[in-house]
Amino acid sequence: MNTPETEIQQAISDPRLQLAIYTATKRLIGHRAGVVNPDVLPHYQDLRNEANAIKKHTIENLDYYLEQLESNVIAHGGQVVFCRTGQEAADFVLGLAKQRGAHMLVKSKSMTSEEIHFNERLEAHQLEAVETDLGEYILQLAHQRPYHIVAPALHLTRYDVAEVFTRELGAENEVVIEKQTKFARGVLRQKFLQAEIGVSGANFLVADSGAIVVVENEGNARLSTSAPKIHVAIAGIEKLIPRAQDLAVFLNLLGRSATGQPLTSYTSFLSGPRRPGEIDGPDEFYLLLLDNGRTKLLRDPEKRQSLYCIRCGACLNHCPVYRKIGGHNYPWVYSGPIGAIITPQFHGVTEDTWLPFASSLCGACAEVCPVKIEIPKLLLKLREEVIEVQRRTDTSGFERLAFILFAWIATRPKLYLRLASLGSLFFPLVPRIGPLKKWASERTLPEPAHQSFHQWWAARKRSG
Amino acid sequence: MVGRPKEVGMTAREHILGDIRRALGRAAGQPPRMEAAPLSAPVMRIPRSDRNLYTDLFVQKLENLAGKGICVRDTAAVIPAITELLAQKHAVASNSPFLRKCGITGLAQVHTGFTDREQLKEACAAADVGITSVDYALAATGSFVMISSASEARLVSLLPPVHVAIFPRSRILANLDELLSILPRPADQTSSMVLITGPSRTADIEQILVRGVHGPGEVYAVIVDEE
Repeated sequence: MNTPETEIQQAISDPRLQLAIYTATKRLIGHRAGVVNPDVLPHYQDLRNEANAIKKHTIENLDYYLEQLESNVIAHGGQVVFCRTGQEAADFVLGLAKQRGAHMLVKSKSMTSEEIHFNERLEAHQLEAVETDLGEYILQLAHQRPYHIVAPALHLTRYDVAEVFTRELGAENEVVIEKQTKFARGVLRQKFLQAEIGVSGANFLVADSGAIVVVENEGNARLSTSAPKIHVAIAGIEKLIPRAQDLAVFLNLLGRSATGQPLTSYTSFLSGPRRPGEIDGPDEFYLLLLDNGRTKLLRDPEKRQSLYCIRCGACLNHCPVYRKIGGHNYPWVYSGPIGAIITPQFHGVTEDTWLPFASSLCGACAEVCPVKIEIPKLLLKLREEVIEVQRRTDTSGFERLAFILFAWIATRPKLYLRLASLGSLFFPLVPRIGPLKKWASERTLPEPAHQSFHQWWAARKRSG
Repeated sequence: MVGRPKEVGMTAREHILGDIRRALGRAAGQPPRMEAAPLSAPVMRIPRSDRNLYTDLFVQKLENLAGKGICVRDTAAVIPAITELLAQKHAVASNSPFLRKCGITGLAQVHTGFTDREQLKEACAAADVGITSVDYALAATGSFVMISSASEARLVSLLPPVHVAIFPRSRILANLDELLSILPRPADQTSSMVLITGPSRTADIEQILVRGVHGPGEVYAVIVDEE
């Protein structure tokens, strides 16, 4: 298995990084706990059940709600573009920019756009795409991918930020976080006012309204969707909910699960371009509905629940594995437990085969998931699939041979007993030699018993 | 359709919908299946408390987020309440009739009456304070509900570093659920409904909370007792 062992070792043995991950996730755990407890939110478990039921219904009738969404977006003067791949999404935006003579676009945070390397695709054609979420902006300047679904620059310190701003923008070396934020506000404000196109993601797509819902704290998504003349929203097809009223369930869960906020600073409910009489807002609205492999996840009736995810990041914060190895050691932009179940389904179980195994199955992720995705169960299912593929492709047949040999010995009691007592003699050597040395190096093995059960039974009988 | 020949777009659409239907075993135009995964009527949880308590709750929630609530008796008391706030400042006010009623639009340092997007954008980018009314407010979370219209533009509550919202007490609802009960389909009347809950904020660097990133760092609610 191609585990990124060196990188993981590096992350684990970096005390500064470990402290950063630990403090950030601990804080997010605390914030969440404060707003989902029964005193504050007595209906929390009901909301989770309702969210799960709504998502299940929507995903199982996805084509119906997509068409409903589409016709309502069009009714409000917007356009819907179905995109099978990231390339199709980027090509559409490049074509649009060319036709409108746009040179720069501002972007609010979107994991979907990270997933398809949207910015890189545009920049390859000299179309500047500026990330405007503070964390994402820092990462764009530092040429890194998000460390966390919700807190993208969790791993960087104010000193790292100072260095990036100095190196990339020629800023003065400034390590006071308030001043760094103010500096970024100033630079990005100009971009907002100049950009011809604003690109956003969407936390929810509302079928009965033809609307998108964007949830944020900084105001950059509001600016991206309101200041430029063109608004392009990119969303995965699974982001659907049937009715605007379902937001009473989902908005009550998303902010609480993500950052411990009953509502984030801004929740924008947007449908189409500005209407007649409205003073501002975009003249054109395009909704890019992205597949990029999502339809593959629909086939399995059990695994399709992976598409219920609302990207709150709670499973990352509560995962003992994520909290040790960090976000960049996961093979794809989606890290943590949710990444471990969706990555193999998007890329195939033959890629990154270690991923479903990198879990202690402690179940913390399932316990905090606001839409009740059974992550540990899906991890087990994916493990089975990995093993199944490996068994089928195991050309050496070594494992099969080993099991045949074992079965042959185990069905011959006398031989088995003799070999077993011999085995207990050599057992203490196992951690020191042979192929198990590495496996045993981080484990404490039990002492073999001084006598086997058979020996003990025989002795007991003798002594009567 | 822009940027791409229509036919190619249609193909992607048909491919995606086709893939979905094959995976789910559904036919084109088939209504939602309810047997295995029913869709229940939405549950709206609206606390049945005394509406007179909403103002206090709203102010408490807003101030927990470092906003400020100012309660005044009538529209005549609004200007005296915000004089200090507007001293030496340039402000942009929305076209809300309620602001006119409060006399805001008559103040010398207040620019208002914008109908052109570019002029409004320029004015808001240069202003110190943005003054709006609200369509509703939510007591449970201390939120403003802003519906984009000829009276309320999107950028007035967004570009200036300070946002002052002036509204009658009667606009305060219990919570989000009550809002969605009153407005089950907000898109029927506007392209943009925004819930504003406290100042703009970030914790992207070392999880340290900083207010006023891209939106206003200071938020004031002036709540008028009698209309």
